[in-house]
Amino acid sequence: MPNGAPAVLDVQGLKTVFRVRGGEVHAVNDVSFDLAAGELLGVVGESGSGKSVTMMSLLGLLPSPPADVRQGRVTFEGQDLLQVSDSKLRAVRGGRIGFVFQDPMTSLNPVFTVGYQIIETLRAHMGLSKSAARDRAQELLELVGIPSARDRLNDYPHQFSGGMRQRVMIAIALACDPKVLIADEPTTALDVTIQAQIIELMKDLRDKLGMAVIWITHDLGVIAGIADRVMVMYGGQVVEQAPVRDLFRNPKHPYTQALLTTIPKLSAERVRRLTIIEGQPPILGEAPTACSFRDRCPKAVAICAQQNPPRFDFGAGHDAACFVAAETRDAG
Amino acid sequence: MLTYTIRRLLISIPTLLLIAFVIFMLLELAPGDPMASMPLTIPAEVKQQMREALGLGEPWWVRFPLWLKQFFIVEPAYWIDSIFGTDLAAGQQRIISFQSRSPVFDTIAQRLPQTIWVVGMSYVVGVLIALPVGIISAYRQYSVFDQAGTFVSMIGFSVPPFFSGVLLIVIFSVSLGWLPSIYDTTHQVRDWDSFVFQLRQMVMPVMVLALQTTAQISRYMRAAMLDNLGQDYVRTARAKGMSERVVVLKHVLRNSMIPVITVIALGIPSIFGGAIITEQIFKVNGLGQLLIIALQGNDIPMVMTLTFLFAVLIVMFNLIADVLYGVFDPRIRYD
Repeated sequence: MPNGAPAVLDVQGLKTVFRVRGGEVHAVNDVSFDLAAGELLGVVGESGSGKSVTMMSLLGLLPSPPADVRQGRVTFEGQDLLQVSDSKLRAVRGGRIGFVFQDPMTSLNPVFTVGYQIIETLRAHMGLSKSAARDRAQELLELVGIPSARDRLNDYPHQFSGGMRQRVMIAIALACDPKVLIADEPTTALDVTIQAQIIELMKDLRDKLGMAVIWITHDLGVIAGIADRVMVMYGGQVVEQAPVRDLFRNPKHPYTQALLTTIPKLSAERVRRLTIIEGQPPILGEAPTACSFRDRCPKAVAICAQQNPPRFDFGAGHDAACFVAAETRDAG
Repeated sequence: MLTYTIRRLLISIPTLLLIAFVIFMLLELAPGDPMASMPLTIPAEVKQQMREALGLGEPWWVRFPLWLKQFFIVEPAYWIDSIFGTDLAAGQQRIISFQSRSPVFDTIAQRLPQTIWVVGMSYVVGVLIALPVGIISAYRQYSVFDQAGTFVSMIGFSVPPFFSGVLLIVIFSVSLGWLPSIYDTTHQVRDWDSFVFQLRQMVMPVMVLALQTTAQISRYMRAAMLDNLGQDYVRTARAKGMSERVVVLKHVLRNSMIPVITVIALGIPSIFGGAIITEQIFKVNGLGQLLIIALQGNDIPMVMTLTFLFAVLIVMFNLIADVLYGVFDPRIRYD
């Protein structure tokens, strides 16, 4: 799928900086990626690697100040989302690109009914009449598997469980048949059985509705189960990108390799301790001039401290930003 | 909600009876003599007779139930009589002021309009200014507008009305001569000109009091808005493509109003308490001034009745605030 369908979303050289007391934090550094129609792109990385900030930058959802999207081009349906007017951007948000957030407990407005919150979106983007919007809202709740949907439209968020609230969030995001759905750790705040249900639901909906999905997570297990392609982020940069099988079988970047060893295995001896990656992820006070993983990297060589590695192509849609990996490729 | 309200109303009856008893005993045990301001030439026996004539010869366990009877039975009966022309009261003794020897409730009825006009209006004006100021201050946190709002609030909190009131009089009445410095209580609004006069004499006391209300409520509003502006659901609303107007004035404001409405409701009884100092400065003879004069003159029935009325209002508005909380916040259910 990566090379087949045309890209619906194309991000080039995105750069987001937070202005903080006494300086700047470079949260997103020159991030480029694209998303094919109907594709499910997994984005993984540690906390603070810039996954969420990247996606929020696309739609201008970061509070500004302190956030400042400095550079980049986000091409979606023939327009650059970083340049369009506010009203056009609003039409894209919720209309053409849906967003599901991490914590369903706080992501819904507590004083409005669930029905109102869905209908509000429908009326804003599709200009439906009240009764038509209500019918559509009921359909959506049924679509995401909420029983007795008609009655539940009148309930408030606190009358739903966590998993049900996340279903409501998904219903809101899907309300206007978006081309792209961005799910920012949609299952992190849920317990495991509910997590599995939500993942099943999302897979199902993606097949049914044929939209492209960007799934942000730090759970590689989830990614292995649902993604077509995976993008690994570290220090606000894309360090590796590959089709999902390729990434798990043949990771190129030492960070990806380290990440994969941290997944606990059921078959492993019980006494073995969980593997960790030593050290802390960087907080970038300025744009990176060297590989940001080098301090934690077991394979680091001299050049890693001198230049920031570009993304080297490994063929078949696989690339990685690592000098050592590129050298091995060229030698072999 | 209805059951809850009825239950709370029933609970407030013993509460109020206890409050009445405490006020009565405090006044009973406090030193002071209603005859103290009588001329010294009146012989002691005569003074004693006058005291007994006021009912002070009786012990408290006689006078307290009598006051309760007068407050809860006789006075409402007079009230009903005067409206429907019935004869329920049947000439029973009403609560009489020691000082003016006229019924306490008649005096209160005369003073209430001034207090409502001046103090009530200042509360309305104060709240109406405070809400937008709080909203904008929070939305544009640390902007020039927010800094100015913070500064004005600080002044409102820290400058007492006996200073700001006099300052306004010096500027607008003495130097500029635009506004009258004394509130004319006898003034009646009949036509446009007299209405304008009423407005002119209200401006300064209303502004002095509104400054204090605004200072307080705008801070509450700002804090509540800031609390909510950072919430996840605000990001959701933006991600749904809602305009900033809808995000702020619908999603955020609706949540932020919940605590602010409670604060506003709890502040209403203080209107009826009058603004003692401000009423003195501008010579508004409202309820605050009435209470002060009654206290100075040991006018026990007047003090007792006024204080108890305030207690009733406070208990009622506490209940109203709680009920409003349930109305505006769907997460709160009392039943």
